Amino acid sequence: MSIQFSLKGKGGKGVAKQLETICITTGPVEVGDYVTLNIGPIHPAMHGTLRVITKTDGETIVSAKPEIGYLHRGVEKLGENLTYSQFLPITDRLNYCSAICNNVAYEMAVEKLLGLQVPPKAQLIRMIMMELARIADHQVCVGILGVDLGALTPFFYLIIQREEIYEIFEWHHGARLTNSMGAIGGVEADLPERFHEKWPKLRDTIRKANDETDKLLTHNRIWMDRTIGVNAFCADDALNWGFTGPMLRACGVKRDLRKEEPYLMYDEVNFEIPTGKHGDVFDRYMVRMLEMEESVKIIDQAYALYKELPEDAPLMKKVPKIIKPPEGQIYHAIESPNGELGFFIKSDGSDKPYRIKIRPPCYMVYQAFEDLVKGEMISDLIACLSSLNVIAGELDR
Amino acid sequence: MSLKDRVADILGKDLVALNEFRGDLCIEVPKGRIVQVLAKLKEEGGFDFLSDLFGVDNLDLYAKAAKKKKKSQEESEDTGETKGKESVQPRFEVIYLLLSLSTNERLQVMVRVPEDDLELPTVTGLWKAANWPEREVFDMFGIRFKGHPNLRRLLMWDEFQDHPLRKDYPLEGKGEERHLNYDIA
Amino acid sequence: MADWQIDLIKVVFIWVWALLIAVVMTWVERRASAMMQDRLGPNRAGPFGLLQPLADGIKLFTKEDIIPERARKILFILGPPLFALPAFSAYAVVPFGDKIVLGGKEIILQVSDVNIGFLYVLALGAIGVYGMVIGGWASNSKYSILGGLRATAQLISYEVPMGLALLTIVLLYGTFSLREIVLQQQGTFLGFLPNWGFFKQPLGFIIFMVAAYAEANRVPFDLPECESELVTGYHTEYGSMRLGLYLFGEYVNMGTLAAITVSLFFGGWGLPYVDMSRFLGPVSYGIASFFVFFLKQAFFLFLFVWVRWTVPRFRYDQLMGLGWKALIPLGLINLFITALLVQLTT
Repeated sequence: MSIQFSLKGKGGKGVAKQLETICITTGPVEVGDYVTLNIGPIHPAMHGTLRVITKTDGETIVSAKPEIGYLHRGVEKLGENLTYSQFLPITDRLNYCSAICNNVAYEMAVEKLLGLQVPPKAQLIRMIMMELARIADHQVCVGILGVDLGALTPFFYLIIQREEIYEIFEWHHGARLTNSMGAIGGVEADLPERFHEKWPKLRDTIRKANDETDKLLTHNRIWMDRTIGVNAFCADDALNWGFTGPMLRACGVKRDLRKEEPYLMYDEVNFEIPTGKHGDVFDRYMVRMLEMEESVKIIDQAYALYKELPEDAPLMKKVPKIIKPPEGQIYHAIESPNGELGFFIKSDGSDKPYRIKIRPPCYMVYQAFEDLVKGEMISDLIACLSSLNVIAGELDR
Repeated sequence: MSLKDRVADILGKDLVALNEFRGDLCIEVPKGRIVQVLAKLKEEGGFDFLSDLFGVDNLDLYAKAAKKKKKSQEESEDTGETKGKESVQPRFEVIYLLLSLSTNERLQVMVRVPEDDLELPTVTGLWKAANWPEREVFDMFGIRFKGHPNLRRLLMWDEFQDHPLRKDYPLEGKGEERHLNYDIA
Repeated sequence: MADWQIDLIKVVFIWVWALLIAVVMTWVERRASAMMQDRLGPNRAGPFGLLQPLADGIKLFTKEDIIPERARKILFILGPPLFALPAFSAYAVVPFGDKIVLGGKEIILQVSDVNIGFLYVLALGAIGVYGMVIGGWASNSKYSILGGLRATAQLISYEVPMGLALLTIVLLYGTFSLREIVLQQQGTFLGFLPNWGFFKQPLGFIIFMVAAYAEANRVPFDLPECESELVTGYHTEYGSMRLGLYLFGEYVNMGTLAAITVSLFFGGWGLPYVDMSRFLGPVSYGIASFFVFFLKQAFFLFLFVWVRWTVPRFRYDQLMGLGWKALIPLGLINLFITALLVQLTT
């Protein structure tokens, strides 16, 4: 296979030199009679546009090199050319399964830059919406893990509940998937009126769907055979690779940014942090299932706190129309459903950020993919990829 | 002991500058000593988690500062004797975000990289988490990392020539396309 | 009417019935899975979506038939019929009813009552494996080859436990012929249980069922064609009616295996405690026995669908481990116990 390329507007000089120094194929080749299997960007089990170039010996994987960048849209460069409030809809498209968490992370980063403290009612509304988004994200992840392993039915039970959550989002800020919730300084709208009747019913149906999924999968012998012991990963390696979120908690490290560096009003609600032991696919699945349960508890408590506030409590802090933060640079991270989602913003005093860097949680996890999968079988590769919850929008930005 | 004092204590003369803004501490260290500084911070400082690694291009910032200075010099009728004495500031910065798992303190470590010497030693020996971020810095800014196991482009395609996140690369791009011709055996 | 004309009518009937089962099963699969997943299935093409199989058939027929450039042309074309035809042929020995008296002649409702009975079915199943393997290899693409590899290993290894389970049936009934076995399953056993093979050979039944699921390539054993790993495995490169033959052949296979299960373990066309020939006329008795058989077969077909949408699928080494390390020893133990009991009771 030969690759030819054409460059418009730039001379071909220096290309040859670059070819020498950069390996165009997949890096140094192992000696041996291995079959190269390209699990390409278009594949039923790839979550978005991911590519894995594997070398297999029969069914066992000798090497698996992931290749990313198919969904790179230059979000960070866009951020340098848009104002702070114009950048908010772009943050939706990062982790599109739980867009609200990205929005709130960005808003909180800018508020840290400005030195603002958001009123309590807005904080509680943000918490409720973020936890609903967390439940939605975990539902998709567990459902897709089942689909990739052949259990096609639990996906439907979970997706139906996700539709109900979408309904709440639509009532609140008008969009189902790419939410652009809130604004820098607070939240624009109060909780919708229909939320107050819907929530008691929704929490029961979410629990019921989780229960049914649990009954179908957790003690199923075939499921246990497929997931227990697959991709076991030790905690030291995980920390060295920069894992955060459910992946790290499955390895046994009890670390959650909502408890370690509490933001919004997370220090006023009680919840547990489920942790696994071996870091295998089963532990990641169980951590996500239990986290859904904890999110329901958090929403209940946040809702109770919300009801104590007066009706006309302020929703937004006074923020100038054109936001011009002082010069400086900050980093702020929250616990998104996938892990530590951080925004580094450097401001030069103008109304556009000078540099925005997004720290995607699945970036650090996916670079360890080869270590995770080496020596396992092709079916395990698929199971591993689904359990990592790699979302291409966040990975490539 | 506050974080500032502890860091100053550990690094000693490796600490070139220190800046605090809204509770975030950012320190600057010299380029050639970055691996040793990070190793010291990891072992003695307790900063055992690398959260992120990225680059910043300061071209526009210096251009704006130079313009402002020129304007203020013209206003105060300075003869411009001091202009030539300033050396060119290093164009790029590479920032390492560290986190201490036990005390939950965060630290930003900054290194300045001049345009004519775009090379840094890699820290993949200390943290494997630096693998892809360093590739991305190479891809987006052109800064090479000596000793990196697999320094190829990450987000852009392999034959791409330019470095997109630099300030002199336009937002719309320069119209590069990628053509692949496969010979079918 | 001459004998050969009667046989011809029976053959045509069998073909139509097998095809109808395959067609209706596509509809049943989609509606039953929708029922289990809390959603509606196809309901636009005709009332309750009953014309959906027709729509699917028309779609498959009218698509462009593509043969990839790198594929081996003759083998590529040979694969699908080699898979589908043995499945149809296996229906020749299935006893789908008792006798029917038409025009003074007594006709047994079975196309041909050969004395090697289900051995013929096993042999045809082995030929069916070739269809999958050739399809995978001839496509000359990595995913298809992996599917073909898995199909080879899986189907050949699960023929052994199936054979072992069937050997116990031979020991019990002393014959291979399916009609004789069904005839011997009428009446009661131990006074209150129907004289079915299921009660006399429970372990054999379980082994046979598991092996049947593996032979039919259905979840949890559908590795050769699983969508999430191999992009439909050995039939990745097939389109239009060639793919249609593969999919149809799979359903016809399911029908055959369900029919064999009913004949060997569940008394075939007889109702449990009732002897229908005593109060039904000769013609209606034949038709009634057919319906009883069909109902039992329909239940087992529905069981195939039910299991598919409930459990996840095996990993390749676990599948082979189950076949060789669990089912074969069980089959052998079953064989010895049966042989012992048969020897002691005769």
